[in-house]
Amino acid sequence: MSEEQIKNLEAQFNARIERDEKIEPKDWMPEKYRKTHIRQMSQHAHSEIVGMLPEGNWITRAPSLRRKVALLAKVQDEAGHGLYLYSATETLGISREEMYEQLHTGKAKYSSIFNYPTLTWADMGAIGWLVDGAAIINQVPLCNTSYGPYARAMIRVCKEESFHQRQGFEIMMKLAKGTPEQKDLAQDALNRWWWPSLMMLGPKDEESIHTEQSMKWKLKRKSNDDLRQQFIDQTVPQADLIGLTIPDPELKWNKERGSYDFGPINWDEFWQVVKGYGPCNKERIKARVGAWKEGEWVRDAAMAYAEKQANKNFNKAV
Amino acid sequence: MKNNLYNYILGIADNSLILGQRLGQLCGHGPSLETDIACTNISLDLFGQVRSYFQYAAKIAGDQRTEDDIAMLRKERDYKNVLLVEQPNTNFAFTIGRQFLFDVYHLAFLTELQNSNDFTLSVIAKKCVKEVSYHLRFSSDWVKRLGNGTSVSKEKMQEAISDLWTYTDELFYQTNADKEMVFEGVGVDVTKLKNNYYSHINKILLEATLEIPESKWFQTGGKEGIHTEHLGYLLSDLQYMQRTYPNMEW
Amino acid sequence: MKKNWPLWEVFVRSKNGLEHRHFGSLHAADAEMALENARDVYTRRNEGVSIWVVESKNITASNPSNNGELFEPAQDKVYRHPTFYKLPDEIKHM
Repeated sequence: MSEEQIKNLEAQFNARIERDEKIEPKDWMPEKYRKTHIRQMSQHAHSEIVGMLPEGNWITRAPSLRRKVALLAKVQDEAGHGLYLYSATETLGISREEMYEQLHTGKAKYSSIFNYPTLTWADMGAIGWLVDGAAIINQVPLCNTSYGPYARAMIRVCKEESFHQRQGFEIMMKLAKGTPEQKDLAQDALNRWWWPSLMMLGPKDEESIHTEQSMKWKLKRKSNDDLRQQFIDQTVPQADLIGLTIPDPELKWNKERGSYDFGPINWDEFWQVVKGYGPCNKERIKARVGAWKEGEWVRDAAMAYAEKQANKNFNKAV
Repeated sequence: MKNNLYNYILGIADNSLILGQRLGQLCGHGPSLETDIACTNISLDLFGQVRSYFQYAAKIAGDQRTEDDIAMLRKERDYKNVLLVEQPNTNFAFTIGRQFLFDVYHLAFLTELQNSNDFTLSVIAKKCVKEVSYHLRFSSDWVKRLGNGTSVSKEKMQEAISDLWTYTDELFYQTNADKEMVFEGVGVDVTKLKNNYYSHINKILLEATLEIPESKWFQTGGKEGIHTEHLGYLLSDLQYMQRTYPNMEW
Repeated sequence: MKKNWPLWEVFVRSKNGLEHRHFGSLHAADAEMALENARDVYTRRNEGVSIWVVESKNITASNPSNNGELFEPAQDKVYRHPTFYKLPDEIKHM
């Protein structure tokens, strides 16, 4: 194809997106569109499955049977969401195994929040309330993104995730209204998860490299800073309601803006965690690599069995 | 009678509790996302059963204890599960082998429990039969896959079956409470399930091209509260919150 | 050459009376496993009463670059639609 033809196709392609048409897997798409989607969607999928680990850490120790089944179901949903997203990404011509390889070698990133440790039961509450809360803010606009399989996966994910945040908030609320010891647990968890949750919504707009293109492709509908403000504005009253204190002395309602002003975020910490120096980066990847390697003989056995069965049926048929 | 019934329910429920807890440890660490989701589903089914049983047991006990108190605040010796279900997740073959050896028993047991003249137990059993039929289908399929898969998987599956075999006979052991409950028409006479159990197991192992272990020496004790060393660690996780923060609501 | 579990497409009938609808995909070594995985992955919330699975490679798809010849010719066949035909005002329903 000549350069001019490609330019022409690109113009048509952009016009389609602008008209709110969806792009489907076999449609022509610019290489950059494909690559960007593979990157963002696989990163999203990786976040789901790495995200299973910090919460999975508390399944065996959940304080009641009711909490245990809710947590199990939630972590299982994350596996499901990872699966939907990997499948959607596979429509762009990359295999799940290749994506795993990128995750395992550190080539692909995942949400840096999952590199923080879950130290107490209250962290299950904080993650559901704050981390899932921030994730929902990020994800809801994606239900309308331009790439069909991604949009469909996100619709399913958002529908299923609606119980996740409530599950977490309920845990926090119960703690906050419990004994002083329980309230301390809740406050401590909020203290530790608040700032990482704000960071989770991505670097400041002026440092975010992909934003403009992503907006055009509807991979992003609002800037990171807008999303962050939305998250803060919705979360602060919830904390007030259950009597917990947001660990930010500069947090203050700004009447003119109709939003909360907040203190500086420690972006050095954010970039260090992204680069691999967070408290749990190594453990998380080790756990994923370990599960994958230890499972290899199982996956191979299933394939070998399937082939033997297929041959058997073939011989029967002949 | 009341005490026997209470103990009888605990004996049934503890199997599901301990196996559910074992499977819960695996969530996020399985050989594929699909198997992770499947094993979690089984775990969720088992915990659902546990809650039905313990809620009923709490009602019978009638002493303010909740399902969680019963699940999480007993001493090691007061757990009545069979030794089989507390065995660790050594590898996927052990997980599948343990599941399979238990599922065959579990389904036969629940099928009979549906006829219990205790109404609540028969209702619970009716619901659980469907769940456990699926568990058995899942675990049998995997035993066949691993047995017929590669030489590596065959060896691992064989090892798991051979190692776990010693815990199978206990499934048919009866405590005094069990005998009383059978007499009352409430409980299932597990001794009558034994022949079918082994012939079903043998059939699947044959299909899986695995050898049927010859060992005739079996371990028992779980139903009387005498466990393997593995149980203590499992309980310390299970009970951690209730022990560390007593008398609180979560 | 190492073989990975192939991709399967999952179709679920949410209740009797409705058609099977594409729900998504998953990986499985064989059809039996695909069916079980589909049950565990796509019907956790009571979403289905019947499942079809088909290995993705067995689906033949039309090529979007042929969309012009495949689908556009149907656009001007307005006489296939009831609104093409005039009715006297007196007749409200037909």
